[in-house]
Amino acid sequence: MSEFGNFCLLLAFCLGLYALLASVLGAVQKQHRIVRSAERAALAACGSIALALSSLVYLLVTSDFSVSHVASASNRALPVYYKIAALWGAHDGSLLLWVFVTSIFSGIVIYQNRFRYRDMMPYVVAVLMVNLSFFLCLNLFLSNPFNQLVQANADGTLQKFIPQDGRGLNPLLQYWAMVIHPPILYLGFIGFVVPFAFAFAALVTKQLGDSWIRTIRRWTLVPWMFLGAGLILGGKWAYVEMGWGGYWGWDPVENASLMPWLTGTAFLHSVIVQERKGMLKVWNVFLIMITYLLGVFGTFITRSGVINSVHAFADSSLGPFFLYYMSAVFFVSMYLIIDRLPYLKSERPLDSVLSRESAFLFNNLVLLVACFAVFWGTMFPVLSEWVQGQKMTVGPPFFNNVNIPIGLFLLFLTGVGPLFAWRKTSVESLKKAFFWPVIFSVPFCAALMIAGMRDFYAVVSFTLCVFVLITVVREFYKGASVRAKNTGESFLSAIVNLTLKNKRRYGGYIVHVAIVVIFVGLTGNAFNKEVQQKLSKGESMHIGRYMLRMVDYREADTPNYQLAEVKLEAYKDGKLIRTMTPEKRLYKAGDQQTTTEVELYSTPKEDLYVVFSGVANGGKGYEIHAFVNPLVFWVWFGAAIMVFGTLVTLLPDRKGAFVTPQLSFSEAAGIGETLRIK
Amino acid sequence: MSNPRVKFVVGSLVIVAALAWLGFVGFQESKAYYITVDEFRAMQGRAQGKTLKVAGDVVEGSIDRAKSPLEFVIGHQGQTLKVQYIGKEVLPDTFKDGSKAVVEGTITLDGVFQAKHIEAKCASKYEAEYESKGKS
Repeated sequence: MSEFGNFCLLLAFCLGLYALLASVLGAVQKQHRIVRSAERAALAACGSIALALSSLVYLLVTSDFSVSHVASASNRALPVYYKIAALWGAHDGSLLLWVFVTSIFSGIVIYQNRFRYRDMMPYVVAVLMVNLSFFLCLNLFLSNPFNQLVQANADGTLQKFIPQDGRGLNPLLQYWAMVIHPPILYLGFIGFVVPFAFAFAALVTKQLGDSWIRTIRRWTLVPWMFLGAGLILGGKWAYVEMGWGGYWGWDPVENASLMPWLTGTAFLHSVIVQERKGMLKVWNVFLIMITYLLGVFGTFITRSGVINSVHAFADSSLGPFFLYYMSAVFFVSMYLIIDRLPYLKSERPLDSVLSRESAFLFNNLVLLVACFAVFWGTMFPVLSEWVQGQKMTVGPPFFNNVNIPIGLFLLFLTGVGPLFAWRKTSVESLKKAFFWPVIFSVPFCAALMIAGMRDFYAVVSFTLCVFVLITVVREFYKGASVRAKNTGESFLSAIVNLTLKNKRRYGGYIVHVAIVVIFVGLTGNAFNKEVQQKLSKGESMHIGRYMLRMVDYREADTPNYQLAEVKLEAYKDGKLIRTMTPEKRLYKAGDQQTTTEVELYSTPKEDLYVVFSGVANGGKGYEIHAFVNPLVFWVWFGAAIMVFGTLVTLLPDRKGAFVTPQLSFSEAAGIGETLRIK
Repeated sequence: MSNPRVKFVVGSLVIVAALAWLGFVGFQESKAYYITVDEFRAMQGRAQGKTLKVAGDVVEGSIDRAKSPLEFVIGHQGQTLKVQYIGKEVLPDTFKDGSKAVVEGTITLDGVFQAKHIEAKCASKYEAEYESKGKS
């Protein structure tokens, strides 16, 4: 089976290279048939990769430990679903998953557009195949999951080596959010190759109007959504599995997935300016290139061992290849952008600072500054070693200092952006637009202060949350009430129909609400409490409104791990709410790693988070670490809204809706918006 | 100043400058020199007063959980360093005998390193075992 998998990979690699060469050749010679054959070869490569992936899954499920990947990432006692998840439990297999996801994206794009964009498609195929072949090449020659374990005999000959059992899946990965988080993150990382491929093709064919941008609208939203979901699932995993009480620690790998999300978010906003005003053309091409490169960079960080991280794989030797690839992509794209500058001229200057355009520009500016700061902080150990010969690191205070104000400024823009008109906003209309949001948020701010809240950022954040929420609610209210009056629909169905009629705009507003909800959750961090105490049986500890009473301690054995747990009764305001049993586990396979199993009592208001950190005082005391983390629930809930909002935006249009130019409802209602679908 | 472009550029510069300043403050607050135990020994007096991240292997059997604060010893290339953990965070699960640890903190005058933060990675003994048995 491993030979078959290897063969499939090799076949896919050859097909990918053929598709690359043939598509370029076909495009240059304008030979339609050659381009066709390239596209078919590319699709065949995708099929071949799917077979390779299936054979690795088969090897994992049947526990064939003669294969190095299976031996290092799985073991016999593992439940079947974790055996499958072990596919991405070590870096060679996860690279195959990566290649597989890339091939799915490439396959769908090529199939969907087989009759469209005939000038651009050969170059799109070429870029997709460069990307695919690069990763396939790494997967085949440097990090091959199908390698067999061999043993050297005394006389120097090699012989097959089959261990009794595998090293097992890293126990930290044995958790549902971890099981689905890597594939989802990959969908996000890799997905940006599609918009990049179209941008590149547009540069090559000089078709730099906004047609390429409209083509890739969905292709940008899909990876953006997955990346966002992957980020937050990663946070959820860290929260539940790492046991340090938080979900975000500015770890290099977390940062690596945040960076393309930031630039991707910037891109999603700045394309609107290009579509509407013909501005920012160079900027958009540049942004999408950076976003794609940052996705590759994220892969590089997790696999190169350049930077230490809890999420990273142990060292692998792929680092330099990623650097070559990223530099090549960067320089070729930059050359093309510079060469095509005359085609990328802005059609219009900036009219006023108080305009929608300028709100978008500021949004882009601070998103990029945030990305740069995160990049700088993440790479600082490497950079300082190059420059000074002395490795230095920066910690969370640096990241927080820069990113909290940026986050709040973005939140502010989320609120005021939609209130600004395109081109120029009169002070008069601003007064009108700001009236209700200010009426609600200012007293709210005062109430917070009176209630004794003194954390500056927290007060600002909550106030802005109210402000933004009111602006979004008003947008829905205005649109829906006009619609209800004109069509005679009920108010609720007017809201639904309004959203469906203009999915991009109102879907976007739903995402903005999600951002507000996530900010509420993030702001809760300002009020975290923690208490650490050694308890004997019968003793208790207090944290906030909670009391924990130690009842019992036990040790037990399962096939996969040994465990030690304490039983605690949790009281809230003196009332028993539940019994909590935080655990320590010792996994038997491999490195015999210990893990912490957190106990959580989660409510929308706050989480009670309890960790058992070990037996102390020679078995007489048990060390308990308890946290009260307010509002964490809203981070997860906001993420769900974000996915929902993006899905609304992605809903297919009803037939014909796109063909006829039509005025949006709000414009017909004279709200001052010109949302013409071109 | 009537040109909106100029206004935008000036606004941007103000924002970027403010953020750069905040970044600089955060950087001063959290920068740490990353060194190994033997490099730390070579620094001698210069290590005083600086925030350092010192990397080394946790010496087998050196973790003394009975003491409060907890004490242990890390070593690298023949040099060792006694560490006191004064941080509040839960110690990572990977922190145990033989693991690779990075301790962040400062050195006291009596030569004990006071760590506020500890990162640890398991020494992969199984990987080593495979390598000795043969190359994959």
